[in-house]
Parts: sequence; C-alpha cells; structure tokens
Amino acid sequence: MLRLEKLVKTYKTGDQALKAVDLTIPQGQVMALIGPSGAGKSTMIRCINRLVEPTSGQVWLEDTELTGLSSGGLRRKRREMGMIFQEYALVERLTVMENVLSGRLGYVGFWRSFTRRYPQESVDEAFRLLDRVGLLAMADKRADELSGGQRQRVGICRALIQNPKLLLVDEPTASLDPKTSRQIMRLICELCAERGLAAIINIHDVALAKMFVQRVVGLRFGAIEFDGRPEELTPDVLTTIYGEEDWEATIEKVEDDDEKTAEAEVAAL
Amino acid sequence: MPVLEQNGTKVWHRRTRSESLTRWAVWLTGTAIFVYCWQKISEVTTWFFVWDAPRIAEDIWTRATPPRWEYITQLGRPIWDTLNIATLGTLIALCFAVPIAFMAARNTTPSATFVRPIALLIIVSTRSINSLIWALLLIAVIGPGVLAGVVAIAIRSIGFCAKLVYEAIEEIDQTQVEAITATGASRWQVMAYGIVPQIAPAFAGVAVFRWDINIRESTVLGLVGAGGIGLQLSSSLNVLAWPQVSLILLVILAAVVLSEWVSAKVREAII
Repeated sequence: MLRLEKLVKTYKTGDQALKAVDLTIPQGQVMALIGPSGAGKSTMIRCINRLVEPTSGQVWLEDTELTGLSSGGLRRKRREMGMIFQEYALVERLTVMENVLSGRLGYVGFWRSFTRRYPQESVDEAFRLLDRVGLLAMADKRADELSGGQRQRVGICRALIQNPKLLLVDEPTASLDPKTSRQIMRLICELCAERGLAAIINIHDVALAKMFVQRVVGLRFGAIEFDGRPEELTPDVLTTIYGEEDWEATIEKVEDDDEKTAEAEVAAL
Repeated sequence: MPVLEQNGTKVWHRRTRSESLTRWAVWLTGTAIFVYCWQKISEVTTWFFVWDAPRIAEDIWTRATPPRWEYITQLGRPIWDTLNIATLGTLIALCFAVPIAFMAARNTTPSATFVRPIALLIIVSTRSINSLIWALLLIAVIGPGVLAGVVAIAIRSIGFCAKLVYEAIEEIDQTQVEAITATGASRWQVMAYGIVPQIAPAFAGVAVFRWDINIRESTVLGLVGAGGIGLQLSSSLNVLAWPQVSLILLVILAAVVLSEWVSAKVREAII
C-alpha cells in the first residue's frame, strides 16, 4: 500500500533528518511512529506527501512513485492522502463547513471552490462526517469558536472527505488534554477500521500509542530503531529509542490514570 | 555582567560601572548638542516677527470670523470631488497593491531573485514621493483637474498598502497553508483558502486607514490644481478672503471627522 525505499532528507543546514528509511505499510494498518523530538517523525510524514521534498529515495503509494511526480500528478495523489495536524491547522476565519469542504479542493475547479459552490454529494458527505464526529450542530460556527477537541474533529473530517487511502497524522493529541486525547485517538482508529484506511500516526505518548495501534515503529536520529507489535515495547526497547529513563514506573502509572479516566467517563454517562 | 563577587557575597547591579559611565557620557553629549543647536537657531531667527506673532494671529482671527456662511453653496461640489478623489484613488491603489504585495511577500513571491526586488522597488518608489509632488507631475502630463488628483492619490497609496499587506502575508500561520496544500489544492486555491482568510482583517484595516489618510491628502491637492476643495482654498487665500478660508477649513474638518467615524465603524465591524 505505502512503501518507502531508502528515503533520505538532508536539510540545507546539513542536518540529516532521515537516513535511508525503508518501511512498508499494508492496506488498513494503523501504525504509530514514536521517537524523541527531532528524530525525524514530522519530516518523514511530510516527505510522503511532499510538503517537504525528500533529498533522495522513493515513496510508493500503491503502484505510483510519488517523488518523481509533476505538480499536477502530485496534486492528484495528495487527494488520496489525508493529513491531520497537531495544532489542527484549520483555517480559523472560515466556518466549520468551509473547513470540512476544503478537503474537496483537489476535486473541484478554482471558481467553484472560490464561490463555494461544491457538488451536492460533497455537501452531503460533509454533513454525514460532521454527524459521525458529533459536530453537526456546529457546521455554521467559525472554526476559532471551537474547543481543541472539536477543532481536531473538524480536522479529521477534512482529511476524510478527501476519500483518502492513507491518513498521515502528525501529533494529533499533543495539544489536547488526556481525556480528549484518548477520544480523538479512538475516533481516528475507529474511522480507519470502518473505512479500511492505513494510517501513520506520529505520537509522543507511548502509553496512548500502545492502547490503540497494531504496530509501532520507533525512530531515533532519522533511522528506524524498532519495528514491532505494541506488546514488544519493553523498557529496554524504549531506552534504545529515547535514552535512559525509569520506564516501568512512568508507563504503568499512565495506564492506571487512563483506567481512572475511563471509569470517570463511564460514571459521567 | 552585572553579578560581582564582593567579600564572598554575590552583588547584583543593573549595569556595570563602565556601562553606567558610557550612558552618562551619551546623555551629556546629547544635551550639549541640543543646547548648541538651540543657540544657532536663535541667532538666525528674526525675533521681531516672532514677538509680533500674537498680534498678527489675532488680526487674522478677527478678519476670518465670522465665516462667510453663504459661501457654502459653492463648496458642495468641490468637497464631493475631494471625497471622490480619495475614494477612487484608494480603490485603484488597492487593485494594484494586492498583486504587488503577493509578489513582494517572501512566502508567496514567484521568484525571490527577480520578481521580489521589482515589487519592493515599486513599493519604495511610490511611497517615497509625496502625493502633492505626484499631482504636480501628473498635471503636467494629463492636465489639471480631478483625474490628476485621483491618479496622484492612487500612485502614492500603492506602496503604502502593498507594504502593509505584504507584511501581513509574511506573518500568516504557515500550517494552515500546509493543511490546504496537503488536500491537493492548486496554487490559486491555496491562496484563496489558506492565505486570503488570514489576511482579510489586515487588508480591510489597511484599506480604511489609507482611505482616511487620502481624504486629508486630497484636500490639499487643489492647491496645485488637481481638483477638489483645495482649489477653492488656494483662490480664497490668494485674494485674502479670510472668512471664506475659515469656512473651507471648517468643511475640511467636518469631512475628516466623518471619515474618522466611518473608518472606526468599518474596523469595528471587521475585527
């Protein structure tokens, strides 16, 4: 489905963010990408849809090679890759509906998008998605009126209305509180399962990643250090990825917290 | 380094001794230069005229009051021209300023080596010449009248508006642009969805601010023959018709107050 071959990114400053990364993601697999800050997680995601131009190597989406595409071809392929951002990256001064529909920009011409005359199917789909994430009532609100969790849901809708085959998710929970983080992660993973989407999720919160994904890849200094199932993430492995830390105590504690949150959620219902 | 060791305890001062001395010296030189200049200016001033000033001012005041109210019938048309010069000039300037701003902003320019310097040159050159001088030049080129005034105001405003708009473009949140790009949007769509909504408030603010300034500037354009109320002002001054001058000044004041009020309302509505 997605295959990275010897992907290298060297910034102008000489920093090598990615060192010949090889990675294959099959259809429908949700993968978490963990690693310390500066390990190249964001760069890797951005090299896939070429928001950052890779220096060398190849990116295969199904049977198309992305790094050699012309700008028109790249735009058509970008439609197949939805992206979700850490700070939501909604256009603050547009309404929720406009933000969701902006996911269809790759499919409509300039004037139709400029005058906001989207095809009725897109509008129907936008309402369906907003209903699915529980924001139907907010459709006419401006994006900057929403809370963090709500904004991220709009961001998810914008990515999904593209009808993508792959989701690129960059730190979806880093700006959210623990409870909302869990809800957002659950939502992303459920939606991926419903639609059979593959996803790469950059995430700092190891405990959260272990709860939701089928596969974890650890990145350190731009190279893959670990690739396996979440259960295989032992304290030793975490030490090789992040460096020395008392993993037993902290990770267990987070999971306890999480159970308490889950109980609180149940109680609140 | 303001932290010093004295007898084993750490002492903190805002500045070190040499820093304080330097500051003292700078202040002293500054004051000396000021006093010296004051003396020089005072030497070349004809003090007779200055002592005379209150009497002359009082004389003009008595001649200018009361304003010649019936003259207002002849001012309607010129003040309307003045408002039109300002408004049309601002609109034309905005039409040119927006593309220039996009070419000048570092994050949207098509080419940083060729297009950007040209755009910056246009901004600097139109900004650096006062609209009164543009009007003088344009009267020579297209003849006296309202059109020369409109074009003068437009040219003068291009640089001002383009500069403020391009600064707004450079300050936008780049992740919103990234997000729109990632959907597969074209270059123009990225502009319409990722950039335009972010600069809209700045653009509206610049537009009304410049319109406000242009009303003031267009009131004097008539002094050189470029139409508007300045024409009446200059002819009244030439024949020393002080009651007419005072009425014209009152009308200009009213126009400026009106423009202040309108721009304040517009800014409120947008932000």
